[in-house]
Amino acid sequence: MTAQANLASRPSKEQVIYANILVIGVWIGLALLFVTYFIYLSGLMPSHVDMTLITQNWDKGVNEYLEITHSPHGWGWLALLGNGDFLNYIGLVFLALLTIVCYLVLIKGYVTKKDWIYAAIAFLEVAVLSIAASGLLGSGGH
Amino acid sequence: MVNILINSTNRLLVSVTILVLSCPVGAYAAEQVVLGGGDKPWWYWPLILFIFCFGLGILAVMAGVGGGVLYVPLVSGFFPFHIDFVRGVGLMVALAGALAAGPGLLRRNLANLRLALPVALIASTFSIIGAMLGLYLSALNPDIIQVCLGATIVGIAALLIFSKNSEKPIVTNQDAISHALGLGGVYWDEGARENVEWKTHRTVLGFFMFILIGLVAGMFGLGAGWANVPVLNLMMGAPLKISVATSKFLLSITDTSAAWIYMNRGCVIPLIGVPSIVGLMLGSLLGVRLLAIAKPKMIRYFVIVVLLFAGLKAMDKGLGLGLLG
Repeated sequence: MTAQANLASRPSKEQVIYANILVIGVWIGLALLFVTYFIYLSGLMPSHVDMTLITQNWDKGVNEYLEITHSPHGWGWLALLGNGDFLNYIGLVFLALLTIVCYLVLIKGYVTKKDWIYAAIAFLEVAVLSIAASGLLGSGGH
Repeated sequence: MVNILINSTNRLLVSVTILVLSCPVGAYAAEQVVLGGGDKPWWYWPLILFIFCFGLGILAVMAGVGGGVLYVPLVSGFFPFHIDFVRGVGLMVALAGALAAGPGLLRRNLANLRLALPVALIASTFSIIGAMLGLYLSALNPDIIQVCLGATIVGIAALLIFSKNSEKPIVTNQDAISHALGLGGVYWDEGARENVEWKTHRTVLGFFMFILIGLVAGMFGLGAGWANVPVLNLMMGAPLKISVATSKFLLSITDTSAAWIYMNRGCVIPLIGVPSIVGLMLGSLLGVRLLAIAKPKMIRYFVIVVLLFAGLKAMDKGLGLGLLG
């Protein structure tokens, strides 16, 4: 590849930053999943819902399942972090939050470049993802 | 040396194929045991699920489809979990796979941020609506979702059979919106040893299609790579490599919003979710290594057959016909 071609097909600075955050985040997320799942399965921490109760009820709809197992919806799991089963949500939520973090970096980059259209798109995406994550929509299970 | 490597790879592929094929059968047989009184210990299903997802991860990469599109119909058809949990975990599976693939695709400038951001905003917004609609319908009657899922999966299999991708579509007139958003760029084609310039057209139509894609992805918990690629490539005129890579990256955004809806509703049970995510990610990593020496075309045909069967099975289950067991 010539120097000119190399320059033309080079990813933008924002893309590289986005990629760097993702690569670190994915490995942290995976490590969290491994560790918390090990703690859960090994019984190092008590479980809020007995595993046998889970296997007996995972064929039921989510509303019925939550009712039987006395499990929370929305961000209610935070109050149950002392239990091995709900500890797993740390890794899951971390992975689901990664995109929002990456977008915040993008907004900064686009504002610096005065690329207002893309700054607005990125800002709107953060708003959409934040609303979805907030539990304001669709967390009413029962 | 090369022959030995190819032979051993083919043996491995056959083993994986048998494993994946046998898992649903074994799962179904054991499902009957569980439903009939259940003498299986609690760890039985997570272990089966991990092995199953590991095989699925290898297959998905080699067939060029996302994990979610295989995971949801197969697991909902052959495992004893309710469709609510399968869709919630299916989205997390697709999300984790897309997040893992993202960095490499962005660094090589194959996944294009300028192309991804506007369509991601549309698809992720509508995937929230799709997820809420899907949860509402399954609360009314889960069979509705099961039948619609089956029909969608059969449609996806047909799309995989009949759609002909275009390596480098010719775009003569870039429309005004595409121009204003700067939907174009340059990437280095390693095969042709040249820089490829590209731009898009039919932007409004393409954006409209992402409304539908978001709705379907959210409603059924499917990653939507199967739909993203044809729209980006055939409709909007992005080169195939850019379309595939941008589509994979897009899933990390579209699936995030829908996954949050399912997670907040309580549809992600860690006992099911973690073995699925880890199994599929590890399988995908092995799949990427095998990709260089495998025969992806054969695997793709195999996956299409599996998808057709899984789709018909989901319809059969939803309609309560019992024709497929």
